[in-house]
Amino acid sequence: MEKIVEIDMIKSKKYKDKAGFRKRNNAMLKNINAEKLIETILLLSAAAFILVIVLITLFIFAKGVPLVMQVGIDDFLFNSDWRPMKGAFGIWAMFVGSLTVTFSSMLWAVPLGIITAVFMAEIAPPVIGRWLGRLIELLAGIPSVVYGFIGLIVIVPFIREVLGGNGLSVLAGAIILGIMILPTIINIARDAIMAVPQEYKESSLALGATHYQTIARVIIPAARSGIITAVVLGMGRAIGETMAVVMVTGNSTVIPENILSPVRTMTSNIVLEMGYAAGDHQAALFATGMVLFIFIVCLNLMVTISAKAGRK
Amino acid sequence: MQYQNTRRISSFILLGLLLLGAALVSGCSKEEAKETPKSPELVPVLTGTLTIAGSTSVQPFSEVLAEKFMAENQRVKVNVQGGGSSQGIEAAISGAANIGASSRDLKTEEKSKVVDTKIALDGIAIVVNPANTMKSLKTEEVRNIYMGNIKNWKELGGPDAPITVVSREDGSGTREAFTTLIMDKKDIIKTAIIQNSTGAVRTTVAGDKNAIGYISLANLNNEIKAVEIDGVAATVDNVKTGIYKVQRPFLYVTKEAPTGLAKVFMDFVLSPEGQKIMVEEGAISIK
Repeated sequence: MEKIVEIDMIKSKKYKDKAGFRKRNNAMLKNINAEKLIETILLLSAAAFILVIVLITLFIFAKGVPLVMQVGIDDFLFNSDWRPMKGAFGIWAMFVGSLTVTFSSMLWAVPLGIITAVFMAEIAPPVIGRWLGRLIELLAGIPSVVYGFIGLIVIVPFIREVLGGNGLSVLAGAIILGIMILPTIINIARDAIMAVPQEYKESSLALGATHYQTIARVIIPAARSGIITAVVLGMGRAIGETMAVVMVTGNSTVIPENILSPVRTMTSNIVLEMGYAAGDHQAALFATGMVLFIFIVCLNLMVTISAKAGRK
Repeated sequence: MQYQNTRRISSFILLGLLLLGAALVSGCSKEEAKETPKSPELVPVLTGTLTIAGSTSVQPFSEVLAEKFMAENQRVKVNVQGGGSSQGIEAAISGAANIGASSRDLKTEEKSKVVDTKIALDGIAIVVNPANTMKSLKTEEVRNIYMGNIKNWKELGGPDAPITVVSREDGSGTREAFTTLIMDKKDIIKTAIIQNSTGAVRTTVAGDKNAIGYISLANLNNEIKAVEIDGVAATVDNVKTGIYKVQRPFLYVTKEAPTGLAKVFMDFVLSPEGQKIMVEEGAISIK
């Protein structure tokens, strides 16, 4: 009797186990199906995204390359005679303009950005650091046309009255662009500084170094690759920025003589003239975009290389 | 786990359905709008395709007119193309376009080949800051300012201050009109400030007391001051009577006197409604 009961129990247990197994198996199968579905969706999204990028690139090059070939790379890139209605397509003045405005904005925005990042990460009490972080995110969220408008209404008249000239100048562009790239630089540099292992700081302090010495000799060198990334990304943003720059730089097609001269950047050139451009003129604007594209790809390569170099 | 997964999938599906629904709803509303005839008075249904080609200055006007015309005549398709005045006239002669658009008067050799209809006038006002004491400039003085030969208001009897030259971007119809009417096709100095809209030129001139700019006459306001050119004030009336010289006509040209669809379209352009659109877009009515 006992045996039978035992066997029954075993049987029933086995039976239960089987049912449980089947249940679990079903659930797993369902999970696998769901997994596959989501994986496919993700794959398709990624593929669509890559396809869009490839198409945009192809389109820019297909439109731009024939004109550059027709004009000649030399005449297109290193000639500053831009009179598209008369068949003169030289973007050298714009190329120099882009570099001038970008570098003069970085001249003040990079040091200020890094110092602010150090302050937020190391010196400020955490509460204030967090609040500053939020404010800076707000700064990053303001549309560029608003910056341009502020530049046109506040900075341009200020320059005109205090420094002379007509105000629409490299300087106005540098000030506005600097403000616009600060959030990029601060955020990335701060993250890099915060990512420095706590032990580095502790060891340095334990050896008797002051807080300032620790920041200057240990933390910043350790965060170097991140800070370089911050600077280069800020530079990328500055070169690509258009709306605000168009509004405050005057857009003359000459190489600027000084910081109070008007200047035109490559992005401005495209946005200024695309409205009515047709035929060769339109192709020349695409070619300008192509130069800009290659330039920014080079910049991004620099980021990758410098980040790798910094990690060693 | 299982519950979470199902929830995730169902939210995905829900989102997809929502999007699909939104697309369907917007699609439906468009179709409905198409089906309702807007103007029941146009009973004889017009059909066909009309091609307008030519002046890039007239193009934006033609585009707006065509849009309105197509909204009223559902089965008509109006194509608007650029190309320039000469090409537009050529296209009208060769038949490549039903209507050619020109923003200059016809040359004598063209006059015998086509019929032209004036659809609007375009006046260019030379503007300075209201604080500027200059009241009147000669055409050649304006030309010399824009060529860079005159650099200081002092040379024109004004205060000792450098002139800020403000211009429009290459390709702009206003710039084209300015270079034809004032500059005699000569190049504008490269150091000129370039702004890409009437509003931006106005703001720049309004903000800089040494600036000079040019805008379409229809866009004048009290932020800036239009100077007299050769002693004639820049007003709509003076453009209509023809004594203000910095103006040009907008013409539609056809090979023969307009017939059929072309005639209906041109009647629409010359109607009070069409002329109102022209004025809203910045031209001067011929009426």
